[in-house]
This record gives sequence, structure tokens and C-alpha cells, in this order.
Amino acid sequence: MVAEIGQFVLILALITAIFQGVFPLIGAAQNSQPMMRFASNAALVQFLAVTAAFICLTVGYVTSDFSILNVANNSHSLKPMLYKISGVWGNHEGSLLLWSLILALFGLAVAVFGRNLPDTLKARVLSIQGLVGVGFLMFILFTSNPFERLDPAPLDGSGLNPLLQDPGLAFHPPFLYLGYVGLSVTFSFAIAALIEGKVDPAWARWVRPWTLAAWGFLTVGIALGSWWAYYELGWGGWWFWDPVENASFMPWLAATALLHSAIVVEKRDALKNWTILLAIIAFSLSLLGTFLVRSGVLNSVHAFASDPARGVFILIFLIVVIGGSLLLYGIRAPQMKGGGLFAPISREGALVLNNLLLSTATATILLGTLYPIFLDAFTGAKVSVGPPYFEATFLPLAIPLVIAMAFGPFLAWKRGDLAGVISRLKFGLFLSLLLVGFIWWQQTDAPVMAFVGMGLFAWLLIGSLLEWSDRIKLFRGPLSSSWRRMKQVPRSAHGMTVAHIGVALVVLGITASETWQTEHLGVMRPGEIVSVGGYDFRFDGAETIAGPNYEAVRGTFLASTGSNKGDYLYPEQRRYTTPPMETTEAAIRPMLSADLYVVIGEEDGTGGYAVRIYHKPFISWIWIGSFVMFFGGALSLSDRRLRLGAPRRTRQQKAVATDLSGVKG
Amino acid sequence: MTRKKRRLYFVLAGMCVLGIAAALVLTSFEDSLVFFRSPSDLVEKPIEPGRNFRLGGLVEEGSVEKNGVLIRFKVTDLSEAVPVSFEGLLPDLFREGQGVVTEGSFNEEGVFIATNVLAKHDENYMPPEVADALKKAGQWKPKGGG
Repeated sequence: MVAEIGQFVLILALITAIFQGVFPLIGAAQNSQPMMRFASNAALVQFLAVTAAFICLTVGYVTSDFSILNVANNSHSLKPMLYKISGVWGNHEGSLLLWSLILALFGLAVAVFGRNLPDTLKARVLSIQGLVGVGFLMFILFTSNPFERLDPAPLDGSGLNPLLQDPGLAFHPPFLYLGYVGLSVTFSFAIAALIEGKVDPAWARWVRPWTLAAWGFLTVGIALGSWWAYYELGWGGWWFWDPVENASFMPWLAATALLHSAIVVEKRDALKNWTILLAIIAFSLSLLGTFLVRSGVLNSVHAFASDPARGVFILIFLIVVIGGSLLLYGIRAPQMKGGGLFAPISREGALVLNNLLLSTATATILLGTLYPIFLDAFTGAKVSVGPPYFEATFLPLAIPLVIAMAFGPFLAWKRGDLAGVISRLKFGLFLSLLLVGFIWWQQTDAPVMAFVGMGLFAWLLIGSLLEWSDRIKLFRGPLSSSWRRMKQVPRSAHGMTVAHIGVALVVLGITASETWQTEHLGVMRPGEIVSVGGYDFRFDGAETIAGPNYEAVRGTFLASTGSNKGDYLYPEQRRYTTPPMETTEAAIRPMLSADLYVVIGEEDGTGGYAVRIYHKPFISWIWIGSFVMFFGGALSLSDRRLRLGAPRRTRQQKAVATDLSGVKG
Repeated sequence: MTRKKRRLYFVLAGMCVLGIAAALVLTSFEDSLVFFRSPSDLVEKPIEPGRNFRLGGLVEEGSVEKNGVLIRFKVTDLSEAVPVSFEGLLPDLFREGQGVVTEGSFNEEGVFIATNVLAKHDENYMPPEVADALKKAGQWKPKGGG
């Protein structure tokens, strides 16, 4: 019964989405109020219908209703409740339903929070949002129906891939989707602006919070994914430049660029066409990511099933969305008026550099990701593009980006004073060189990237702090006046500082863990001690234990330094029953200074166990930094100016007009 | 500064960045393209020692020898087999008769020294490259999964 209700409301959602896509668009063209107002109601109905469908599927999972094919294939009655629920989106059909749900949620959010949007813009945004929804709902209903029945119903389900039974991964897809789909809103705004033929600072002000939100969610989603890879796959790595990872990283890079270029549109009324294009590209990359991951083109834990009908559908959908929006862009963009002028050395100039580097990096990653697919399609040759390619192309682009990140915020709008900025950043440069010198003194033969990375970390951290203290005039007057200034500085400025510091921390984590990691690989017998990274690891033996739906060999290790009593670590080698599968559960002791990471392998027949032990300095800072970045984004999003939306249109235009005359004069 | 001049600056800056990126891509592409080969491919077209590539197929039944963390096994497509040596912890799904993809290079003795063993798929699933290689060797049995 539940499945039939779910099926029904899903069809209802599709019909609503079609109406939402068509009528407001006509209404906006004919300036018909009722038709435009229909958009918000349709968004609400579509959201309720998709939510109902999602609840129906969740009920199927929670009650272990194995007469539903999807539940039977992906769940099991013995599975813990958290994973029964996360199983809803741990498969192809369910994950698409989650995507549609979030899409409808964002549509509703535009309807609710966009009260002060001009009627036509709002109607058009919602209608584009509806059309994207049509695509996804059709995809679900015609090729990936989650409510398909199974007759006769099996006695029990075949279970969820144990690798996916993990709290980090339970929340990784929802966050990633919130990010992917959040970019649909900026996309809808961009298309609506192209239809209207008008982009102004007010438009950028409406777009920026959505970009920020999408960017923040993507940041968390990617961080959770890499954290999961780090502790669950048991290889000690956290980023593999796997096509699936790239698929989420590319929209993130594009969103980061968009975030910055939207500031230029908002503050200076320039870079409009570019920002529109970037919004289209960012969402296209989200769709492409979904296509790559869901179509089964890629071989990974994410590729649930390959079905040619699905591939063809997604391909057509991609062509329609990306091709159509680029066509519209080609027709309408030349008519957009150019904006304010600025010198190359200026805040705008720095943001353009940011955009150039980020979009070039995105392009090189796209090339490396798609190349094997195209080569296979055209010549049948099987190749893979490995991490060396991505490191060789991404790092040289990321380094100037980080250098510029400390510079940019110091530069004034329109025309910056480079000499002045350098003199204000002297202190940062001095401390960075001091740190590099210290590392050289400690370890003369450290790899070059260690010096570069640590130097960049110090440069960006100190540069950001200097800029912040400059802004509030710290130590240049009584503290109370600095405090007052700090409260006056808009939250988005604080948010920028925090997010940039987050990047610095990520750079620290990556550099230190890549450079100074130490490891031990070998067979250990009970009682044996090995020393890794200044810690003594004593192996106390292994035992077999039983979990709720698995059996495991669990090793006991005591890690201690000379001065402390030490910590116990319990790595496991698990054997799940449904589906039968083994997983490695690394034991990790995370600390701010380093992570201890122990993996236990098989018994060698004589009582010894294959063991791998890592000491990874500062690696936690990769994820701490990511969350600091997210926090910076959230802080920026809480800015009053963004929350209340843009001021009235007339005032805005006047402000821009005076601004422009100021430039010309 | 005129609009035209500004545009020129940006076009120049853009060309610079793109030029650098193109140079980076071209220089690193050649070295980091990792080809996939099946044991039969290697008989047809041998690969010189030291060249990095991916070798995929099934882990030959009865070929796995473990000596601590040093593992020797053979990768086969059921017509040809290649000896492989790997030092490390095997992935969870490594098993005799199952599909596997290994990355590494030949040493002078013709043993494939794997730096990485990938077996990320589940029990019923075959890496697509391995499935293709088996099909080519005429040994594909869809139901058994190998």
C-alpha cells in the first residue's frame, strides 16, 4: 500500500512540476499576476508530494517491507535502524529521490525567502527550478522507480554494502546533494536573468546567499566523503583523485569561483556575463557529476548499477540542460550591458585572478576525468589518469591562488596599491620565511613541497589575520574601539577571514601529513613492539568478536610514548553476512598533532598478523580546516544584508548610477 | 583605463593562465596515463620493465602464496597468466578466482611488482575492465561472475 501511495504522489509531483515549469514562464512573459503567483503554490505542492514519496520509501525501509524491490535489494531486517534509514539514499533509485526532494526543498525555499524578489524574476526562477524537477522526476518514474514491487516477496533483504554502513557515509550524500542541488538555484537565477536580459547588483545579492549555502554544503559533503575514505577504506589515504571524487570537487571549485565573482557583480556591477556563465557551468558540473557517478560509467563503490536506458536518459537530459542554457547564453549574453571599470591591480582584479585560476583548475580536472571515458568510447583503449596528472596540474594552479588569497582582501576596489599592500604584508612574509627557515634547519633534505606548503600555510594564515586586524584597527587605538569596529564589520567580512583561515589549515594538514608521514608494514606477533613516529605500538593479540550483522577479528594495540601510559587501539577485520563481504576497520587515534592509524590484516597461520601502522602528523587539520571553511561560509550567510535580501530596486539603481559616474569622472 | 584596454589585460592574463595550464597538462599527461592490460594483451604486445600500467584479470586459483606481508599470486584471463608480487595488506575483497586490478610495473625477471591492488567491487560485481578482458579472451561466464 505504501509503495502505491509513493508511486501516486510521485506522479502528482511530476504533474505539478510540469505546471510549475510552464505557467509562470508564460505568466512572466504576459505579465499575468495570477500565473506568476501560481509558481510559489506549485513549489509548495511539489515539495509536499516529493516529501510524501520520500516518506513512503522510508517507511518501506524502516518496516523492512521486502515486497518493494528496492528495499529487498538494499536492506536487511538485521540492519541497525540508522543504516535502514540511510539505506533509503544508499542506492540509485533512492538517491535520485533524495535529489528530487532537495530540489523541491530549494524551490520552496526560493518561494518562501524570495518574498522581495521582483515578481517576474521570482516566477522565472521557480519555473526553471520546476523544469529541472521535471527532468529528475521523469528519470525516476521512467527508468529508476523506487516503488517497484517484487512478487513473491523474499523473506529477507540482500543487505546494504557494508562499506556504506557507516555514520560518515550516512550523511555524506545528503550534504553533497544539498550542495549539488543548491547550485540549481543559482542556475535558475542565471537562466531567469538571461530571459529577463538584465543582471544588476541586486540580482547578485539574491544569488550570493544561495551560492554560499550550496558551497558550504558541498564543502561539508566532500570533507565527510574524504574522511570516510580515510578511515573506512583502510588505505590511510583520504583523497585518490578518483573520478567520483573529482565529480564532486569540480562543482566545488566552480562554486568557489562563482562565490567570488558574484561579489564583483554585487559591489561593482562588473563581470556579469562571466558570473552567469559560471552559474551555468557550476550546475552543469553538478549534473555531470551525477551522471558520472550514477550512470555506471565509472567503476567504484558509488556506481550502483549500470543500465543503458538510464545512461541514455541522463545523456539527453544533460544535452538539453547544458546545451540549452549555453545556447540561451550565447543569444542573450551579448546584449547585457558591461559594468564598472577597474584596474588590473585592484580587488576586482584579484577576484578575476581567483576566477581564472579556479576555472582553469576545474578545466584540467575535467579533462583528466573525462579523457579515459572518451578514449574508451572512441578507441576502446582502457586507460586511467592517475594522481600524478592531477597533482602536476592542480598544485601549480593552487599555489598562486593561495598566494593571491592573502593579497586580494587588502586591495582596494577599482584601483589598488600593490606597494602599500606588500608593506602591510611584510610581517606575514617575514613569519612565513621564518617557518620555512626553521623547517630547513630541522630537516635540510625535506621535499620542496614541504617548504612551499608550510610557507603558504603561514602566509595565508598570517595574511588573513593581518587583514582582519587591519580592518578593526587592532592595536592602533584602545581595544574598546577595536571591539566596536569588530562589531560593525559586516559578518560576511568576518566570514571571509574565517573561510580563508580554513583553507590555510587544510594546506597545513595536507602538507604535513604528506611530508612527514611514517609507517610500518609487517607481521607482528603478540607481545611484539614496533616504533612508528615516536610512538611504541605493542601488539597484545587478536580475538574473534561478534557484531550485530558481522563477525570480526579484533586486534589490540597499545600505543605509548615514553612519557604517557598510552592508548589502546582496536583495529578490526570484519566479515559481514549479508551481503557476504569483508571490510577493514582501521583503528584511529586522532590528535591535533598527529593521527595514529592501525590496520590489521590476516593471520599468517603461525599466530602472526599482517599489520600496517601509520603516524600521520596534522592530518586532522584537513577536516578541521574544512569545517572552519564551512563555518566561515555560514557566518557570511548570516550577514544581515544577505538575510534581508536586497534593498528596494530604485535605491539600488541610483546607488549604482552614482557609483558609475564616480568611475567615469 | 578604457574598457578596451581592460579587456586586453584580462584576455592576456587569461591566455597566460591557460597557456601555463596547457603546458602542465601536456607535460604530465604522457607520464600519468596508466594503460590497462590483460595477460593476453601482454603476450601480444609485451611491455618493457619499469613502465607503469594496470594489469587486470582473475586471481588464479591456488596461486596465492603468502609470506608475511609479501604476497605472490598470478593474474589470469584464463588463457594466459602473469606472476604478481605485492607487499602490503590486501584489500578486503581479494580472493582466489575473483576479479582484481593491480597497478605497478614489471621487474627484470618478468614479475609484475604491484604497488597497488584494487578490489573495490562486491562479490557479484566484476570490474568492467576485467569483464571486457575476459570477454576478449573468450572466457566470459556472465552468471558465475568468474
